[in-house]
Amino acid sequence: MLMFILRRLASGLVLMFVISTATFFLLNLTGQDPVRQVLGPVASAEQVEAKRQQLGLDEPLITQYFQWLGSAVRGDLGRSWFTNQPVGELLSQTLPPTLSMVIGSLILAACFGTLIGVTAALRRGRLDRGLQVASTLVQAIPGFLVALVLALVFAVQLRLLPATGFTAFSDSPGKWLASITLPVIALALGSLASIALQVRGSMIDVMQQDFVRTLRSRGLPERSVVVKHALRSAAGPSLTTVSLMFIVAISSSVIIEKVFNIPGIGTQANNSASRGDLPVVLGIVLVTVVLVVVVNLLVDLAQGWINPKVRVS
Amino acid sequence: MTDNLVTGTRKSLEVVGSAPQGDKLIKKFLREPAAVISLVFLALLGVVAILAPLISSYDPTATRLADVLAPPFTPEHPLGADGVGRDVLANLVYGAQTSLSSAAIVIAVSLLIGVPTGLLAGYRQGWIDGVSMWISGALLSLPAIVVLLVVLARVGRSTSLALVVFGILIAPSVFLLIRGSVRAVREELYVDAARVSGLSDMRIMVRHILPVVITPTIIQAALLAGAGIGIEAGIAFLGLGSSDKASWGLMLNDASQNIFNAPWLLLWPSVALVLTVMACTLVGNGFRDALANYGSSADRTKTVKAAKRTGSTPEPARPLEMAPVDPGDTLLVINDLRVSYPRPNGETSDVVKGVSLRVERGQILGLVGESGSGKSQTAFSVLGLLPGQAEMTAGTLSFAGADLLRMTPKERNRLRGARIGYIPQEPMSNLDPAFRIGSQLTEPMQHHLGISAKAAKDEALKLLARVGIPDPERVFKSYPHQVSGGMAQRVLIAGAVSCNPELLIADEPTTALDVTVQADVLDLIRSLQAERGMGVVLVTHNFGVVADLCDQVAVMRNGEIVEVAAVNDLFANPREEYTRLLLDSALDSTSNTAGDHPIDRGLTAETEGAR
Repeated sequence: MLMFILRRLASGLVLMFVISTATFFLLNLTGQDPVRQVLGPVASAEQVEAKRQQLGLDEPLITQYFQWLGSAVRGDLGRSWFTNQPVGELLSQTLPPTLSMVIGSLILAACFGTLIGVTAALRRGRLDRGLQVASTLVQAIPGFLVALVLALVFAVQLRLLPATGFTAFSDSPGKWLASITLPVIALALGSLASIALQVRGSMIDVMQQDFVRTLRSRGLPERSVVVKHALRSAAGPSLTTVSLMFIVAISSSVIIEKVFNIPGIGTQANNSASRGDLPVVLGIVLVTVVLVVVVNLLVDLAQGWINPKVRVS
Repeated sequence: MTDNLVTGTRKSLEVVGSAPQGDKLIKKFLREPAAVISLVFLALLGVVAILAPLISSYDPTATRLADVLAPPFTPEHPLGADGVGRDVLANLVYGAQTSLSSAAIVIAVSLLIGVPTGLLAGYRQGWIDGVSMWISGALLSLPAIVVLLVVLARVGRSTSLALVVFGILIAPSVFLLIRGSVRAVREELYVDAARVSGLSDMRIMVRHILPVVITPTIIQAALLAGAGIGIEAGIAFLGLGSSDKASWGLMLNDASQNIFNAPWLLLWPSVALVLTVMACTLVGNGFRDALANYGSSADRTKTVKAAKRTGSTPEPARPLEMAPVDPGDTLLVINDLRVSYPRPNGETSDVVKGVSLRVERGQILGLVGESGSGKSQTAFSVLGLLPGQAEMTAGTLSFAGADLLRMTPKERNRLRGARIGYIPQEPMSNLDPAFRIGSQLTEPMQHHLGISAKAAKDEALKLLARVGIPDPERVFKSYPHQVSGGMAQRVLIAGAVSCNPELLIADEPTTALDVTVQADVLDLIRSLQAERGMGVVLVTHNFGVVADLCDQVAVMRNGEIVEVAAVNDLFANPREEYTRLLLDSALDSTSNTAGDHPIDRGLTAETEGAR
C-alpha cells in the first residue's frame, strides 16, 4: 500500500511539474508582449522597458522559468503585476468560496446520487426508467443554465436566497449557507445524475455476482447484504466518477461564480486572464492541479480501503 | 459535461463486442423513437442554421439603442430585442450556426487525435501505450474551462481556438474508447489469423480493427457534439467567445444581466441549448441502445419482477412413484416444482418442469444430470435464491414440516444459513473480495446464533481447523484473493455448516477444483455429514461423486426427473435408457484417464452452464 501511495504521489508531482511548465511557456511564448498588455497601448517605449526591468522580464525566458520554479518550490508564487499582492495571499482569499461550492456540491451529489442509484438498482422498473430519463435530461443542461434559472426563481422571484455574493463561514455560518446554497445545487445536479447512473450500473453488476448469492444463502439481513457488502464492491467505480466530477466541478465553478458573482478562484482566473496578470494565472493553474492531484490521491486511498487487492499487494 | 463523455466511453465499450454493422444497426436505431425524433430535430436545426439569412433580416451583432429590451411579439422583433438592442430571433438562428459548427470542430479535432492514437496504443501496446495513457490521464485531470481561460488570456477572444483546445482536452475520451475496443478485438482469432498470414500491422488495423470501432465512434461523436455545443455556450457566456459571432451563450449572458427587468430573455436561448444538447445525447444513446438490444441479453431489455405464485391451485402433478402425501418428519419435500424464465419475445422458457423429490434426515441425495438439466435451478428453488426474473411454482415445497411456499421472504431468510446450508460451485467468486475471510465466517454466526464477536471468532477458528486448514489464524485474517481455490472451498464449506444446518445443499462442490483436491473435499463433506447428521442435496454431473457419497440418486434431464433410485440399484440396474447412456459415458472416460479414485469417473467434459 505504501509503495502504491508513493507511486501515485510521484505521478502527481510529475503531473504538477509538466502542467506548470507547459503553462509557463504557453503564457510567455504566445500572444502579444505581456508588458505592453499590462501598460496598455498608450504607454511609451521607455515606460515599457522600465516596467520590463522592474518585472524581471528582461532576463532570458529560461532564467525566468527557473527563478519562478525555484520560488514556487519554496511556496512563493510571486506577486500580481497589477496589485502587487502576493499570489499566495490572493489564492488563500479566493479558494474558500470556490472550495465551499465544489466540496459542498460533491457531498450533495455523492449522497443523493448513491441513494438514488442504489434504489434504482434494487427496485428497477418504473423508478429505474425514470432515473435514466431524468439523468439524460439533467446531463444535457449546462450547469450555468441551471444556475440562471435557480437565481431567477429563488432569488429574483421568491427572494428566498441572495442572488449574488459570498459570505465567509467565519463571518456568519447562516449567511454562508444561504450564499452557497444555489451555487451548490447548480453545480451538484449534473454530478448527481452521473454518480446515480454509475452507482446504479455497478450495483446491478455486483448484485448479480456469485458472492452476493452466497451471502444471501447465509441468511444475512438484506441490509447487510446490500449496504455492507454489495455497496462496498460497487463503490470502487463510483469513486472514480466522483474524482472526475471534482474536476468537472472546478471547471464549471468558473461560470457558476460569474452567475452568482462569487469572488472565488474562477472569477479571479477570469479577471487575471483577461488583463494578462500572468503570475496570478500561473498560480491558479498550479493550485488547481494540486487540488486535482490531492483529490485523486484521496480517491486512490479510498480505493485501497475498498479493494484489498490494491492494499495488500 | 466531460463526465457524460467518460462514463459514456465505458458504456460504449461494453457493447463493442456485439457490434452489428450497417443496415441492421440503422433498422434497430429507427425503432428508438426518442433518438429518431432527436435526429430529425438536429436536421431541422441544420436547415434553420443554413437558412438563417432568410429567416431574419437583422444582423445578429448589430446593436440599436432605440430597440433596447424591445418587447417580443411585435412585427419588428418577433421575439423582442436584448439589453443592447440586438434582435433575439436573429441571434437565435445565427446562434444555431455557431452551435452546430462548434460541434463539428470538437468532433473533428478529438477524432483526429483520439482515433489514430487509440489504434496505435491499443494495437502496439508497450511503451507507446504507457505514455499515451499517462498523457490521456493528465489531460482528463485538467479542468477544461481553466485551461481555456489560460489559452484565451494570451490570444484574445476566439471561439474557434477555444473549441480546438477543448477538442484536444476531450480527445482522451475517444482515445480510451478506441484503445479499449482495439485491445478487445486484438486477441480475437481472426486478427491472429491475419497476423499469421503475414498481413502488415497497418493493413490489419485498417481492414480488421477499424470497422469494429466505427460504431462506438459514432456514438461517441454524438456525445462529443453535445459537449462541444455546451462548452461553446459557456465560453460565450464568460465573454471569451469571438465578438463577431452570435451565440446562445452570449444571449444567456445578456439575459443574466437583465434578469431583473427582462427575465423572458432567458427563455429562447435556454430552450434552444437544452433541446440541442439533449438531442445529441439521445442520438448517441439511441445508437448505443440499438447496439445493446442487438445482443441477446434479456435482462437489459426487460425485467419481470419475481412472481412467486403460491401453489394453491397446482397444475396436475406428474405421477411419480414417490409422490408424497404427508410431509411428516421428512426433511425436504418437493412436489411438482416448476421454474421458468421470461424470454425477450414474451414467451417463457421452462427450465424445471414438475420436479418431485424428498430427502430424509441424514440422507444424501444426489441430483445428477447434464448441464442445463435444471438441477441447479432446483437447488436454488429450495434455497429461495432464484434470480429475480425467475417464476417458480410448486405443489409442495416443505422443509422439516414447514411450508416454504407460505413463508414471507424474511422467514425464508431466517432458515438460510441457520437451518439450510449452501456450498457453491466456484469457490473464488463466492467469497466477498472486500472482506477478510474471518469476518465472512463470523457475521452469519453472530447473526443467527446471537453469540459475541469473540465467541464467533473462536468458533470460526475451530471450524477452519475442522475443515482441514493447516493455519486457521492466518486464513482467518486473509482476504479471499490470498488463498488457493481449494482453501477457499474449505472456507465456504466451513461457512455452510457454521450454524449447524439440518440440510446442506451442495451445488457441484468439486467441479472447479483440481483433481487432487476434489477427493479431499468430498471426504470432508462426507465426514461432516456423518458427524452432524445433516440431510444433503448434492448437485453434480459426476457419477463418481454419486457412487462415493450418495444414498439416493435422482437423474435429471431437460428439467424433468427421469429416474430415482437407491445408489446401488441405479448402478447395478439402471431402468431408464438415458441413465444407462450417462453411466456408459462416465465409464468410458474412466478407461481413458485410468483414474484410480471413483471421482475421476466423471463426465469430464461437462460443465454446469445453466445457473
